[in-house]
Formats: sequence, structure tokens, C-alpha cells
Amino acid sequence: MATTTATTADAPAHEHAHHPPHLQHHFVSSEQQFDSAKLGMWLFLITEILLFSGMFVAYTVYRVWHPETFTAASAFLDWRLGGLNTLVLLFSSYTVALSIHYAQKDRLDRTFWMLVITLACAGVFMIVKAFEYGGKFAEGVFPGEAFDPVGHYAPLADIPYARQFFSIYFVMTGIHGFHVLVGMGIFLWLLFRVRRGDFNSEYYTHIELAGLYWHLVDIIWIFLFPLLYLIGHGGGGH
Amino acid sequence: MSATAKATAAPAAHQGASYNYLNHDKSVWSWLSTVDHKRIGVMYAFTLAIVFLVAGVLAILVRTELYAPGETIMGPDAYNQTFTLHGIMMVFLFLVPSIPAILGNFVLPIQLGAKDVAFPRLNLASYYIYLIGGVLVVSAIIFGQVDTGWTFYTPYSSDGGSAVIFMTLAIFIAGFSSILTGINFIVTIHKMRAPGMTWNRLPLFVWGLYATSIVQVLATPVIGITMLLLLLERVLGIGIFDPALGGDPILFQHFFWFYSHPAVYIMILPAFGIISELIATFSRQRIYGYKAIALSSVAIAMLGFLVWGHHMFVSGQSAVSAVIFSLITYLIGIPSGIKVFNWVATMYKGSIWLQTPMLYALTFLFLFTIGGLTGIMVGVLAVDVHLHDTYYVVGHFHYVMMGGTVMALLGGLHYWWPKMTGKMYNETAGKIAVALIFIGFNLTFFSQLILGSQGMPRRYYDYIPAYTGLHQVSTIGSYILAAGLFLVLFYLLWSMFKGARAPANPWGAATLEWTHCTSPPDPHNFHHTPLVTRGAYDFHLADEVFGAQSGDGAGDGAHAPARLAGDGRVAEPQ
Ligand code: HEM
Ligand SMILES: [Cu+2]
Repeated sequence: MATTTATTADAPAHEHAHHPPHLQHHFVSSEQQFDSAKLGMWLFLITEILLFSGMFVAYTVYRVWHPETFTAASAFLDWRLGGLNTLVLLFSSYTVALSIHYAQKDRLDRTFWMLVITLACAGVFMIVKAFEYGGKFAEGVFPGEAFDPVGHYAPLADIPYARQFFSIYFVMTGIHGFHVLVGMGIFLWLLFRVRRGDFNSEYYTHIELAGLYWHLVDIIWIFLFPLLYLIGHGGGGH
Repeated sequence: MSATAKATAAPAAHQGASYNYLNHDKSVWSWLSTVDHKRIGVMYAFTLAIVFLVAGVLAILVRTELYAPGETIMGPDAYNQTFTLHGIMMVFLFLVPSIPAILGNFVLPIQLGAKDVAFPRLNLASYYIYLIGGVLVVSAIIFGQVDTGWTFYTPYSSDGGSAVIFMTLAIFIAGFSSILTGINFIVTIHKMRAPGMTWNRLPLFVWGLYATSIVQVLATPVIGITMLLLLLERVLGIGIFDPALGGDPILFQHFFWFYSHPAVYIMILPAFGIISELIATFSRQRIYGYKAIALSSVAIAMLGFLVWGHHMFVSGQSAVSAVIFSLITYLIGIPSGIKVFNWVATMYKGSIWLQTPMLYALTFLFLFTIGGLTGIMVGVLAVDVHLHDTYYVVGHFHYVMMGGTVMALLGGLHYWWPKMTGKMYNETAGKIAVALIFIGFNLTFFSQLILGSQGMPRRYYDYIPAYTGLHQVSTIGSYILAAGLFLVLFYLLWSMFKGARAPANPWGAATLEWTHCTSPPDPHNFHHTPLVTRGAYDFHLADEVFGAQSGDGAGDGAHAPARLAGDGRVAEPQ
């Protein structure tokens, strides 16, 4: 605390001569800026995991309390649609990783197309989800009070607490779906910025962060899928 | 204050102060859109002062109602809503953000030797997110009928008045503000330290904020999802907390306390940080057990996640979990005790200078010790069966929250006031206010500890005549406390317009914001990035503070005022 540095760090605040344009003035180097952004993103992802953990705890408690309800009600979810969505999301994780890879190699045209594919996958996921939700709503399977199953779902009326299982299903997949929608917004914005030429191999922070976010959305689905869709189709042979 | 005026005349001390973060651009828009951490800290200070004022008036209303049995100034429904609003505003809108948002924002980057926090725009966003949360609370007040207490236990909250929706939404949103601040601070501490600012040289306020931020990041999402589930429970009836539908109201309590116990550490850990700064600076002594203080904060942050069940000893959790929670609760007393002993050891044989900030630090030591000991008492299973939901618990948490956090906040505010405003407050008025606050506080809350041990239940509108005497002591105490706080408000505002100009380092402190910064600081904090060569409390190496002729911190206003220089022993002002 006694002296000041003689390195570039102590250049007067307004002297930006050697600063690349993307470097914000309160950072000393691009590296510091990139590392900060990445650490911040990781911390944000931790908060996301904890947000979902509350729901996973509720799921666990009630599954332990009413195991028969969970297996019986789960059999009414279509594992083929859930499985399809799992494959779609896994593939999109691969393409988003490639988009970062190409950005590092300065192949921004390929980055662009990889992001397009990722965005399309997210769209497919949401469309499949919309079909699933729509089919349930059409036959009275709603979250909460409106729950009044008919038709294909009519047997649910005789399963105690089936309403609670579907409430949990809708809340968990709903909040996950909301994250997918947010991801789509981010990818659209990134596409625009890639086209505008904002990024290069020295500066692709936003693509990297979006990729991290997208992997998390993917991982959460990887847990949701078996816990919700597959427990009813196990050894019992429904 | 003539000594202060003389010190200001020292060449290095006022150089640059005429161009500073407050006056380089005075337009309103430049404030509302600022990304400068110092200005954001000041905006939080104003906003939180208003919240504290409103919530404090509500408290005075509660105390006035309790002055006598039966109806005194309001009916039972109004009473329930008043204490609920008081609790919600104080906890979620005031105490949780308080120290990090005001003083953390202002001081943290400067103490690290950085130009700003890592994400300045996010910092501004978190302010506005907080404001949205605040507006929702106000709308809940307008729509009326929130009488759940600050704990929102189901089924009160899932079946009661409809404005609960606004409240839960408000807390959900305010939580984001808290999370963003936490993320910002952690990254700032990891990535933005000046050259030479190693982890072992960090000021202890930074360590306190670091531990706090960890808790904010790990705990706040849980209250977020809890509030969201409560909202869905109300709007859709999803049945997660409703036994008729297979749910469980106790799960709500688990979720709530999984956040809200760590949240009490969100409130107290930054306070610990401030107290370390104050005691070291005003004892002119290297802090005793630096590492123990720094790491005990982190230990408290971690242990704090494992004790939430001590709020539910009588809620129907299993006996085994109650015993385990009780044992871990005792453990928390250890790191808290370590800190208190370290502070006392720091003062031992120091040159103690009893300025207002130090008086707050001593008040804190006294009150927090009572708060911590009463905490251990309610952590004892058998004792808690009697004391739970009585005024004893109310007394306990006011000793830690008001006696701990608010005293530290006031101490810190006085300590950094010269830096923030460039003005000195009136020391005599400051000392009178401390005395009023100390006396008022103990009258208000010690009587509540006695009331509680005699069986007075909390949150009751009415009571048997036998409790009248102690309730009256408590109410009168609260008026004295309020008088002290209004005095603070008054002389601090007065000092902004009429106060003497503050020198760069009025306290002879040795951290960067005092040694390398003008009062008030430059918009970029430093003229040159500092190179750190010693620890934050190495006064014996701090030539630029006490060796009046030698170092002058490269012209950045490092001198201690003349009256502090020399043998390092301090003369009384005037
Ligand atoms: C030595 C450390 C502490 C211990 C052992 C401790 C222990 C406890 C226990 C066992 C209770 C539950 C009492 C009951 O409801 O029957 C409690 C309540 C409470 N404590 Fe502490 N505490 C400590 C420090 C703190 C601190 C530092 C704060 C805040 C800054 C705090 C804030 C609260 C609050 C707000 C409540 C009451 C919540 C409510 O029911 O409304 N405590 N404490
Ligand atoms: Cu607790």
C-alpha cells in the first residue's frame, strides 16, 4: 500500500491506447474480463441448481410418501416423447459446444450455423412439450384445482394424490421449459451479434456463457426425464 | 473541529477532492443510470434509510399498542398487519441488503484496489430489481390484509388475505437482487484485487462480505423457489403444502428456514467485518488472530446451513433430527465466540480512541454477546420447548439483528461517512446518540427477555395485567431508541450541508480507501492502481499514515491528520 505500480496497470484511467474495443475500462486485461465473466456464470449456474433442488426435494419427499401414486401416475406420461426430447437436447448441447469451438478457431460462419441448429433443437423441444401439455389439458389434466381427468386419463381419478404428482410434473417441467425459452431468446440475440461481427477468437465470452447455461438446462432435463417419465415403466411391466 | 480543518490544509489531503465522484456530473439522470459502485452504494443508502424509517415507525406503533392491555391505539387486525409489515420490511427489504448494498458497494472495490466491481451494470440492475421488490411490498400494503408474520407459515399464507401474493412475489424478486450482489462480490474479490493484495492481506470487511456472498448465492435460490411454490399453491392449488392433497405444511417450514437461518448470517457476517475494521483502527493495533477471524466467518457460513431445524423443535420434526439440530446449533457458538475473544484481545493494550464508530463497536460487542448467549439458550431442546414463540425469542433476535447488524451498520456508516460525503459529522451529537441508542435498546429488549421467560407469547395483541409493567418499560425504551436514531438522521443530514470538510484519512486507518483515496474519492477511485506491500492492519508498516514526512501515498491523499501522526497515539479532538 506504500507505492504504486510501474506496470501498465497504473496507466491513468483515461488512457485507452492499447485497449481492445471490447475491454471494459475497469478491467486490466481481456483475460481478467473473460475469467470474471466465466466465474460469474458458474456461480449463477449454482443458484439455478439450488432453485431446482427445492423442487427435487419436494419430489423426493412425496415420492417416498406415496410411491404407488408416483409409479402409477408416471405411466400416463409418454416416455417416447420424453425420450425424443432428451435426444434433441443432448444433440443441441453438442452443437452449442461446437459453436464455441468454431468461435475459438475464428470460423464465425460455422459458429453461426451451429447456433442456428441449437436454436432449432430448442424449438423442437418446445413444440414436443406443447403437444404433451396440450394433450393433457384437452383431457382435464391440469396442475392444481382444475385437475379433472377424463378420456384416456380417466383412471387417474381413482389414484389418490395423482393431482399432486401432475402438479409437480407441471411445475418442474414448466420452470424447465421457461429456461428453454430464455435460452432461445439468448441464441437469437447471439445470432444477431455474430452476424454483426461482434465476436472473434479473442472475444467470444457471450457464446461461451450461453453454452454453459445451455448445458445446465440440458443436465436438469436429464434428471427430470427418468424421474418423471420412466419410474412407471420399470420392472413392473405396465 | 479546528484540528480537522488544519489537517485538511495539508497539501496531499485535499488534492483532487474538489473533483470527485459526487460532483463530476450532477444531473439526475447521471445518478439514475450510474454504474459507479460508489453512487450505487449512495442510492442504496437513501432507499434503505426510507425503508428503515417506515419499518421503524411501524415498530413504534406496535410498541405503543402494547403499552397497556386491551386496545390502546389499534384493533387486533390492524395490529397483526402492523407487526407483519414491520418484520417483512425489516428483514427482507432492510437487513438482508443493508450492509453489503450500502457499505459493501461503496467500500469493497476500493479496499481491493479496484476501479469498480466486476459487473458494474449488473450492480445497477440489482438496485432496480430491489426497487421493484420494494414497490410490490408497497402495493401489498395498499391491497392490505397481510397478517402472516414475516415467516409466511402455511396454511395462514395459503388461505389468508389475497395480498400475500404480492408479498411472496416481492420477496422472490428482491431475492434476485440479493443473488446478483452476491455473485458480483465473489467475482470481484477473486478477480479484481490490486497487485500485491493477497488473500492474507485482505481487510476483514472483505472477508466478511465474501462469506456473506457465499451464503447469499447458496441460500437465496431456495427462498425463491419456496415463494414460487407458495404462489402456485395459492393461485392454482398445487397441493405441495396442503395435507388434504397429499402435501405437508411442515415442508414449507423446512424450506423457509433452510433459507432464513442462513439469512441471519447474511445479516450478521458483514457486521462482523465492520467490527473488525473498527476495532483494529480505533485500537491502533494489529488485529489479533487475523486468520481465525477470517476463517471463522467462512466456518459460520458453512455451519449455518445445517441448523435450520432449531426453528422447528416444536413443529413436529422427529426427535432424532431435533437432537442433531440442537447439537450443531451449539457448534455455531464456537466460531462466534472465537470472534468476540479476538476483538477483545485486539483492544488489549491498544491505544483505544473512543470516537463514535468505536462506541458502536463496543455496543455491538456487548449486545451481540447477549444475543449469542440467548441464542444458545433457545438452542437447548428442553429449554426451547418453554421459550419458543415467546418474547424471549423476540428478545434474542433483536439483540442479534438490531444489537448486532444495525449497530455495526451505524458504526460503519459513521466510520465511512467522511469518505462517502467528504464531510465530518458532529462528534458530540454522535456520542449523545450512541448513549440514547444503547440505553433505549436495552430497556426495550432486555425487558422482553424477562417477559418471555415469564411466558408472554410473541405476536399477541393482548396480555394479562401482570405483564403490564415490563411492557411499559419496553415501550418507553423504544421511544428513547427512536429518539437516538432520529438524532443520527438529523446530524448526518446536517453534516452534508454544514459539516467540516473531511481529510483523506481522519481516523488514521491503514486500508486503501483511507491511504490511497481522496475524500470523497475520485470517480475512478485511484489516480494510480495501488501496489500493496503489507497487510490491512500492519500499522507499524504504514509509513504513509503515521510517518508524516516520508510516504505520502504518491499524492493520493494518504496522510493521517497531523494530530494523529507522530507516535501513533491519538490525541482527543479539539
Ligand atoms: C450464537 C448464534 C445463534 C444461535 C445459537 C441462535 C439460535 C436460535 C434459535 C435456537 C432460535 C429458535 C428459537 C425459537 O423459535 O424457539 C433462534 C431464533 C432466531 N434467531 Fe438466532 N441464533 C444465533 C444467532 C442469530 C443471529 C446472528 C441472528 C440474526 C442476525 C439470529 C436471528 C434469529 C431470528 C430472526 C430468530 C427468530 C425467527 C422467528 O421465529 O421469527 N440469530 N435463534
Ligand atoms: Cu436460526
